[in-house]
Amino acid sequence: MNTKIENKLTPVRIIAFIFVALWLIVAMFPFIWTLWGSFKVQADFFSKADWSNAIFGFHTEKQTGSFFTMGGYYGSWIEEEFWRAVINTSIVVFFTVLISLTFGTLGGYALARSTYRYAFWILMAGLIFRAMPHMTLISGYLQPFFAWNVWGILPTTIIVLVAINQPFTLWMLHSFFLNIPKDLDESAMCDGCNRFQAFRYVIIPIMWPGVITTGLFSFLLAYNDFTVTSMLLSDENETMIPAIASFLGTVQEEGKVMYAVAAVVSATAPLFFFVLFFQRQIVSGLTAGAVKG
Amino acid sequence: MKHSTFLLFSLPSLSVMFLFIAIPIVSVFIQSLHIEHKQVIIVTENCDPFGCETTTSVDTEASAKLKEKAPLGKFNGFKTYSNRMHFAFDELGEAWKSSDSFTVFVKKLYNYPLYRALSFTLTYTFIVTPFVLFLGFLVAVGVNNLPKMFKGPTIFASLLPMIVTPLVGSLILFWMVDGDGVIGATLQKIFNDNSLSLKASPVLTWIMLMVYGIWHLMPFSFIVFYAGLQTVPQETIEAATIDGASKFQRIRHVVIPHLMPLAIFITLILLMDNFRVFEPIIGFRAEAHATSISWLIWNHLRESAYPLYNAAGATSMITIFGVAILLLPVLIRTWRDFKEKNKG
Repeated sequence: MNTKIENKLTPVRIIAFIFVALWLIVAMFPFIWTLWGSFKVQADFFSKADWSNAIFGFHTEKQTGSFFTMGGYYGSWIEEEFWRAVINTSIVVFFTVLISLTFGTLGGYALARSTYRYAFWILMAGLIFRAMPHMTLISGYLQPFFAWNVWGILPTTIIVLVAINQPFTLWMLHSFFLNIPKDLDESAMCDGCNRFQAFRYVIIPIMWPGVITTGLFSFLLAYNDFTVTSMLLSDENETMIPAIASFLGTVQEEGKVMYAVAAVVSATAPLFFFVLFFQRQIVSGLTAGAVKG
Repeated sequence: MKHSTFLLFSLPSLSVMFLFIAIPIVSVFIQSLHIEHKQVIIVTENCDPFGCETTTSVDTEASAKLKEKAPLGKFNGFKTYSNRMHFAFDELGEAWKSSDSFTVFVKKLYNYPLYRALSFTLTYTFIVTPFVLFLGFLVAVGVNNLPKMFKGPTIFASLLPMIVTPLVGSLILFWMVDGDGVIGATLQKIFNDNSLSLKASPVLTWIMLMVYGIWHLMPFSFIVFYAGLQTVPQETIEAATIDGASKFQRIRHVVIPHLMPLAIFITLILLMDNFRVFEPIIGFRAEAHATSISWLIWNHLRESAYPLYNAAGATSMITIFGVAILLLPVLIRTWRDFKEKNKG
């Protein structure tokens, strides 16, 4: 319905345009400001006298001789060994996503194809688990983990993140498998396949769009987690987000706020590219649960 | 699907949820019923020509033995729930008697950590949620009216505040509203008040946290509403236009009813997410003026020399109970739907 009337500039349209523009500024400005400021010295980024210092780098030029400085990045990555946290995050995220998806795909498929009442109750339990603040579980983990001597290491955190992730993964993949017609795997079973063969040869080849979308959200959960990682990892096994939080304690006192700013930008940059590449899948994933009701 | 096949398929998923979600809840509950052993104290009296001195020391051996015998601690029943860290029944009774007006009583109530955390968590949840719904809807309508070439970039930019880690997002805003940061310093100049600080006043801290919450979650409601707007039946819109409905009337009577199920879905997710608000309080270092329930549990486990497992457990159980109350209407509705589906 792309008629001329649709494209006319009406007052309503102009108000809508201004409103969206305002939102875009509110959404984007903090990121651009912090990204730009992370290449400046503290006197510029936190300039009480004149905010334009942060843009033009007045003190940065005075102190380092150039408009841009990598000082914050050098300090956080090398001096404070932020690279360790980056490696730990990569390990945690990779295995959490891999295991979550494996378990979730099998479970989600079973839930979508089962007609018994217990499938409903499992999904309901999943919904309740999904609603619980993650913090409520932490005190239940600490004592046994200390007792078994598994506290502080990466595998423990990975399996806990997988478990916390599971309700959401199950729900999402369950509704995805519901959309794949039952006839497909049932006809395969008529042809003499058993359930596993039907899953292997009929379902697996066509399930990737749903699995990838779900995987993106598992990635976000593992990458962004602060509650679990800050409580269950020892200092040397810290991932990025708790590392930034502990930066704040140590760095703030020594006047090295720019280290933390650089670390924050480093942690945000991958997410920026993540959205850039997977925008379509993220949007479809966000709306998948909703539009179907 | 046969029971055995179902079990085989779902076993990994169910066992991981059972081991790391269901059992911990039970263990948290048991923890909350126990209290740590008191250290065994030995009092010795040393007498010398100048007089007697009593010294106390911790009998580590006896303490360790006690701990080994009952690692959970001493059974304490529901006393942790009623102590001053939680519901503080005794203290409240006294406060009720001694205060001459309701406002005085409410002020006294605010001295107790659980009520303090509850008041912020609930205010946050019930202010941020409607704002996010309303503003998200407005942006979705606005973007829907944009020329096509602007839509993609707008969605990209809108997704960022939601995707970014809450702790990182709140830090980015925190540095900007800092007294020396760009927004903080500008506000100080506008109001000509060099001591103006968003961190110093409780009211401003609460507003700051809620503005952050709206900024963080608005993209979600925007995206879902925007997707919903694409599915509004065009014939109905056209019919309404022919019948003389204005743009506003079309939104009011066609679009909004169509989006109602989505609004319920968004509200549910927002309630769940807002109720667990935690990271912004760390990021904004707002704990002096605003504490949430999740923060309270974290504090019990983290801030003291020994983790207060009983206090953390009791707060966790109260939280789970609160979530159950929040979810009850949804669960009842889903159950009804399920029963009806099975009938027909």
